[in-house]
Amino acid sequence: MLLGKLTLDAIPYKEPIIVAALSGAGLMGLLVMALITKFGKWGYLWKEWLTSVDHKKIGVMYIAVAMIMLLRGFADALMMRAQLAKATDGHLGVFPPEHYDQIFTAHGVIMIIFMAMPFMTGLMNIVVPLQIGARDVAFPFLNSLSFWLLVSAVILVNLSLGVGNFARTGWVAYPPLSELGFSPDVGVDYYTWALQISGIGTTLTAINFLVTIIKMRAPGMKLMQMPIFTWTCTWANVLIVASFPILTGALAMLSLDRYLDFHFFTAEAGGNAMMYLNLFWAWGHPEVYILVLPAFGIFSEVISTFSGKRLFGHTSMIIASGVISVLGFMVWLHHFFTMGSGADVNAFFGIATMVISVPTGVKLFNWLFTMYQGRIRFTPPVLWTMGFMVTFSIGGMTGVLMAVPGADFVLHNSLFLIAHFHNTIIGGAVFGYLAGFSYWFPKAFGFKLNEKLGKAAFWFWQTGFMFAFIPLYILGFLGMTRRLNHTDNAAWDPWLYLACVGALLIACGIGCQLLQLYVSIRDRKQNLDVTGDPWNGHTLEWSTSSPPPFYNFATVPHVHDIDAFTDMKEKGEAYKVPHKYAPIHMPSNTATGVYIGGFTTLLGFALIWHIWWLAIVGLVGIIGAMLARAYDNNLDYYVQPDEVETIERAHFEQMGIDVDNYAERDADKPRRGSRPTTTA
Amino acid sequence: MMRNFRPTRLLWGLSPVVTALLTGCQGGILDPKGQVAADEKSLIITATVLMLLVVIPVIVMTFLFAWKYRASNKDAIYTPKWSHSNKIEAVVWIIPIIIVSCLAVVAWKTTHKLDPYRPLDSDKKPINVQVVAMNWKWLFIYPDLNIATVNQIAFPKDVPVSFRITSDAAMNSFFIPQLGGQIYAMAGMETKLHLVANEAGIYKGFSSNYSGAGFSGMKFNAIATETPAQFDAWVQKVRAAAKPLDADAYLALVKPSENNAVAYYTTAEPRLFDAVMHKYMAGRQSLAATDDELKLAALTKRLCATPAVKEQ
Repeated sequence: MLLGKLTLDAIPYKEPIIVAALSGAGLMGLLVMALITKFGKWGYLWKEWLTSVDHKKIGVMYIAVAMIMLLRGFADALMMRAQLAKATDGHLGVFPPEHYDQIFTAHGVIMIIFMAMPFMTGLMNIVVPLQIGARDVAFPFLNSLSFWLLVSAVILVNLSLGVGNFARTGWVAYPPLSELGFSPDVGVDYYTWALQISGIGTTLTAINFLVTIIKMRAPGMKLMQMPIFTWTCTWANVLIVASFPILTGALAMLSLDRYLDFHFFTAEAGGNAMMYLNLFWAWGHPEVYILVLPAFGIFSEVISTFSGKRLFGHTSMIIASGVISVLGFMVWLHHFFTMGSGADVNAFFGIATMVISVPTGVKLFNWLFTMYQGRIRFTPPVLWTMGFMVTFSIGGMTGVLMAVPGADFVLHNSLFLIAHFHNTIIGGAVFGYLAGFSYWFPKAFGFKLNEKLGKAAFWFWQTGFMFAFIPLYILGFLGMTRRLNHTDNAAWDPWLYLACVGALLIACGIGCQLLQLYVSIRDRKQNLDVTGDPWNGHTLEWSTSSPPPFYNFATVPHVHDIDAFTDMKEKGEAYKVPHKYAPIHMPSNTATGVYIGGFTTLLGFALIWHIWWLAIVGLVGIIGAMLARAYDNNLDYYVQPDEVETIERAHFEQMGIDVDNYAERDADKPRRGSRPTTTA
Repeated sequence: MMRNFRPTRLLWGLSPVVTALLTGCQGGILDPKGQVAADEKSLIITATVLMLLVVIPVIVMTFLFAWKYRASNKDAIYTPKWSHSNKIEAVVWIIPIIIVSCLAVVAWKTTHKLDPYRPLDSDKKPINVQVVAMNWKWLFIYPDLNIATVNQIAFPKDVPVSFRITSDAAMNSFFIPQLGGQIYAMAGMETKLHLVANEAGIYKGFSSNYSGAGFSGMKFNAIATETPAQFDAWVQKVRAAAKPLDADAYLALVKPSENNAVAYYTTAEPRLFDAVMHKYMAGRQSLAATDDELKLAALTKRLCATPAVKEQ
């Protein structure tokens, strides 16, 4: 069969909602493409962005993908809330289980894997090399490849909307429900291949950044002097390297079950589904710390910068993050206290989980004592941070409550659980990313975001969050379980309506953010960040221009303090015009990442639909592209001092520093390295 | 900076609100009707109060510090370089450690006391119920009474109920919130749960682990009767209306169906529950030696004729 399992029936042209969604998305896509064509920007897009290996541009593209997927995942959330507000007291609502079960599965997968992860990775990409005074990451091409693997997975997930269907298993895809016996169609295969492909990308990113952080710090920057965001990203990357292979292995086994009649997790023939649960959560629990630790780092940077103070307990923060990472790896069983483990085992994992609240509590107190005796400026990043401190305290508390096995027996799988993890993931991770977004936006683009709309977005999100999730806590107490398609309990109805209102408020928050982007781009001339240091920052990323030149630093900074840039400003070493510039070694752009991503998409699609010839094409393509890269000699080049000088001069002049006079003024002072060698 | 702040006062101020919220939860886990559920409720409250001892100060301090050290307040002390204090570090590590230690003791004790596998302390002989989760309904077998039901169970109040639970489909979770905690139902495996109702009433039960399209309709009623006599009457009612649940009837029942009505059976096969588990272990069975084991093997083989998982 030439097309494997793929037939015309796989396209849901009879479902008006899907057809409307798809044609809407298609029209938007066509519009964007038409605009690019009209302004003749295809070449620019290809040369400057898609084939770029610049960590800042890759970071921006990650965040762009994250935002698009946020809209997709949030649309799913709105549909779920609408369904549950409507399907009460015997009504069946809008979506039958066939469709609804795909929606909640897609919502979970998209929000965690394709919204939160890329958002986090994007911020890490933009900021970490700048914070440690590096000119790019250790493996720039690998970085581009990681991004294109993510794009490949995103394409597959979105394809499932129009070709075939997505998994109807919940985002955890527990067997035996996710095995062929119960899920014979392609939904679970879309799930496994999308997660596998993006998972490989994530693992490569983590390796890349660990090497970058270990090997490429500016001279003088000791490990314990690294900025706190870089530190939390380091811990997150350690967790990724340690945990993502477990997911890869678990999904590979599930795929072997589904493709080659293995029986790792099937109910029959000696399979054991409990093994999957253990493996899944051995990745899944560290995963939530992977998401939230970098957010903790962002809050630390934000609160320290806008309080105009050093971060309280920098060392303590690093240790606390490390303790969270290590413990986070040893508590996975708390996701299934109800699977029949003995009391000793349950109690052990419960207590281990509670212990995590100690370092987390320490962090909260350290943020508080950073604010203490500071001068706090209430900018949007600070609002997100304070919103987080209040919201996350509650989310942490409900988490510790669920870590008590006796309490979990009645709270497990209830809407209380849903409220809890949204409380930590939205109130923790997402608030952090949004704080980071508005904090580092001027760095990435050279102008500030509109503050009024930023504040409006925060208040809509914060109140929307309260309205959307406090009712879910109450519904959990009222005995409502998760993933229900319809309900028939009158006592639940008012809370379900309130939760729907909350989702609409969050929609207003997202609307404000889109408007904020539009308004800020429109008014960018009035909000330019000419110095590169709009907030009076502490760390190295603020010492270069906004946006930074592609080589980040004309001269590599020397670090003497945790707050390296504050130290430079205090000693009068900031904004010094160097006497001369040296050539800078930079990586060349390459399209190989795009090609491998494209072939990987083909391979994934072919495997999902059992189109074996296409799978071979994809695989051969990937190997071919890798070989071509291996024989490519155009890997790097030197930026010549002239070019560096032109760029740097423009920046200094923008800041009002007269470069020529500066140089003259300095010329009579003897300088090491500037004298002719003959005089020595 | 903690001089003006008394957490206890705040806690007492909040307590009426909390109580009002908690007592308003009719029919949920905060409205327990049995000892297990009551213990679990009081555990939730104890743990929450313990944690509020830290959480409330943190939230209050957030607002307090934010207000006091706002940039426009030039009267407040400003110490841009102050970033370390051994005293504060010690306090912020030790306070959470103390709270978590208390909580850990509570957790260790209650986890053992509320272990779903632990038979309840009672001078009454427990009622045995075997539970099979199917796509998408619950089969309950009373092995000592030779009856079985679909989507309904009954037992007298104050008599412990001992559940053995398995699944003949995807993973589910057996849960009657007002009587106590839940436990997973998994194919080829057996889990145990002990519950008791201390008040007569009809309590909602359901699967709390998503298991596919018909999951939302996977509900049942648990009837706790006032007297043993009323329970006996219910058993008689089941017997009177019952069809025999033999292998064929079981195979018909196990086919996927949604929103099933209550159904009553008499059980013709005493080892049906074991056979349901054993069918997932076909090929791994030890050699049947006794008569009873031979019968079980034969029944298992019959149930395997059309494995439920291949139905779809």
